[in-house]
Amino acid sequence: MTRWLLFAVLLISLMASAMGIVVLRHESRQLFGALQAAAADRDVASVEWSRLQLEQAWLAETGRVEREARERLNMQRPGQVGILVEQR
Amino acid sequence: MSAPNPHARRLIRVWLTAGIMLTIALLMVVRAVNLQITEAEFLQGQGEARFLRQVAIPTVRGNILDRNGEPLAVSTPVESVWAHPGELLQAIDRLPALAALLETPADALERRLTQRATREFVWLRRRINPDLADEIRALAIPGVFFQREYRRFYPTGEVTAQILGFTNIDDVGQEGLELAYNSWLQGEPGAKRVIKDRLGRVVQNVELVRDARPGRDLQLTLDRRLQYLAFRELKTGVLDVGASSGSVVVLDVTTGEILAMVNFPSYNPNASIRAVGENMRNRAMTDVIEPGSVIKPFAVAAAMEAGLAYPEMLIDTTPGTMRVSGHTIRDIRNFGPLTVEGVLARSSNVGMVQLVLSMDARHLWGVYSRLGFGTVTGTGFPGESAGVLRDFERWRKLEQATLSYGYGLSVTPLQLVRAMAAIADDGRLRQPSFILGTDNPVISVLDPDLARDINRMLEASTLAGSTGTRAQVAGYRVGGKTGTTRKIGAGGYESRYVSSFAGFAPASRPQLAAVVVINDPTGGEFFGGAVAAPVFSRVMDAALRLSSIPPDDLDVLMAATGERP
Repeated sequence: MTRWLLFAVLLISLMASAMGIVVLRHESRQLFGALQAAAADRDVASVEWSRLQLEQAWLAETGRVEREARERLNMQRPGQVGILVEQR
Repeated sequence: MSAPNPHARRLIRVWLTAGIMLTIALLMVVRAVNLQITEAEFLQGQGEARFLRQVAIPTVRGNILDRNGEPLAVSTPVESVWAHPGELLQAIDRLPALAALLETPADALERRLTQRATREFVWLRRRINPDLADEIRALAIPGVFFQREYRRFYPTGEVTAQILGFTNIDDVGQEGLELAYNSWLQGEPGAKRVIKDRLGRVVQNVELVRDARPGRDLQLTLDRRLQYLAFRELKTGVLDVGASSGSVVVLDVTTGEILAMVNFPSYNPNASIRAVGENMRNRAMTDVIEPGSVIKPFAVAAAMEAGLAYPEMLIDTTPGTMRVSGHTIRDIRNFGPLTVEGVLARSSNVGMVQLVLSMDARHLWGVYSRLGFGTVTGTGFPGESAGVLRDFERWRKLEQATLSYGYGLSVTPLQLVRAMAAIADDGRLRQPSFILGTDNPVISVLDPDLARDINRMLEASTLAGSTGTRAQVAGYRVGGKTGTTRKIGAGGYESRYVSSFAGFAPASRPQLAAVVVINDPTGGEFFGGAVAAPVFSRVMDAALRLSSIPPDDLDVLMAATGERP
């Protein structure tokens, strides 16, 4: 009788662990898929980031800023009178 | 018993069949054992080779940033298109669409592919921009594949070209700081083993063979805005006088950091085909010039250190010429009696020679070499020149005389500005640096009082009536020295010139030092005071403003605007 009981217990745990493996395997595949997708997203983001960085560098290029300021906004360097100096 | 027994025949048949079956079964067992045990390793390996792949984990080269974190060199991903000719030629009707996007004639593309039909890999186009790559990908032509690569971009272009250098197609530094700091910037690609399916998709990571080490960023001491302004002023200065080239270096006196270093003419480092040669050199560090009069303050420092001179001491420079070892040394005119300060301000060669000839050669050599002439500055920049300062034991009298006004030795612009910064900073010499946060050890090379005396005399050299008047910056007290040298050519000294100016500001508490060197001015003007000093003035003006250094010459400002403080 005890033998049968032992057998049943072992059988059930065997089945359970088999099911567990199936479930975990599936889960790990899904997670791996997510990881791949995340890595792809990261790549896209880093591409975008370096492009934005270049674009920003181009837009903020000193020569361009100066041209824009002088020609489009009609700005000019303040004369000596316009400079306030704090004396201590 | 002649007729065969049907029972016995049946028995034979049974045994025969069983024997054959058994033999076959045995063979199968043997084969199975063979496969499973004897050849298992080989077969397993072969099997894995068909789905296990070792793939590289790519890394990006680090960026180069300016002192405020603005990018100066950025690696950005681009895609390269390659084809499997066999597969692509199957879909020959799709070729025209692909050729149109690649901007090549379809027949040329087809010819290229048929010629290489037996190969498995042909580059179609390297380093195209991602948008174009997406368009090509959208065509979904079989046999066309993409490879991610990186390309280096330099947003500041020609302004920083010679300092940063560039990388080759594999992103390895070839010149300039890209070369000097290549191992720092370059990452180390990692590797991992993965399982791929039939379509080449990664299904599972098996193991990490080597972790990737990404490239590190490099933050420089350069200021992008100042770099640009210096370049613009240098360019104007060089073009105005019809000169062939020029360099400007701006140094932070208190730290030795190089705030700007520009050379003109320059080149565009972003161009796919770079013109090789001349313009690629970082002239400020690789080219040497005879400094001319710019060296005079250092010679005066040597004389004063030896106790042979003091600022108010009178030297008679009449009649404006002097003979040394059968050679005539000339001033531009007869200045008559001058103080030592006046000798510097008027840049009198005769006065300098008199000072220097009374001095021990070893001492003059010692002061020059303490100020860093004749040795590399230690920045680690590839191709930096040490200049030439010959050993005093080989000096003849004439040589010692000419050394006092800057002939007979050669220096780089960077060495000049470093020595000038040492004078400005109470006689403390610093190693110039490109990398932010470098610890630049200080070497005391001159007595602080002596340095301050020289400092004051250099300020006088930019006041009215002196050679360096045009170096003045409104609102600031400026110190500095002009220089004009004839260039040496195949047949001795020619009538080609190098005009220079080295100085510092604000003179009351020097913060910045700068040098301007302009080669070969052809437009009539060639004196340092007329060619280089105005460029110095404009660059220094910009540098002082960008560094928010308060004016130290308010009275003049107020007087100029008619206001009282």
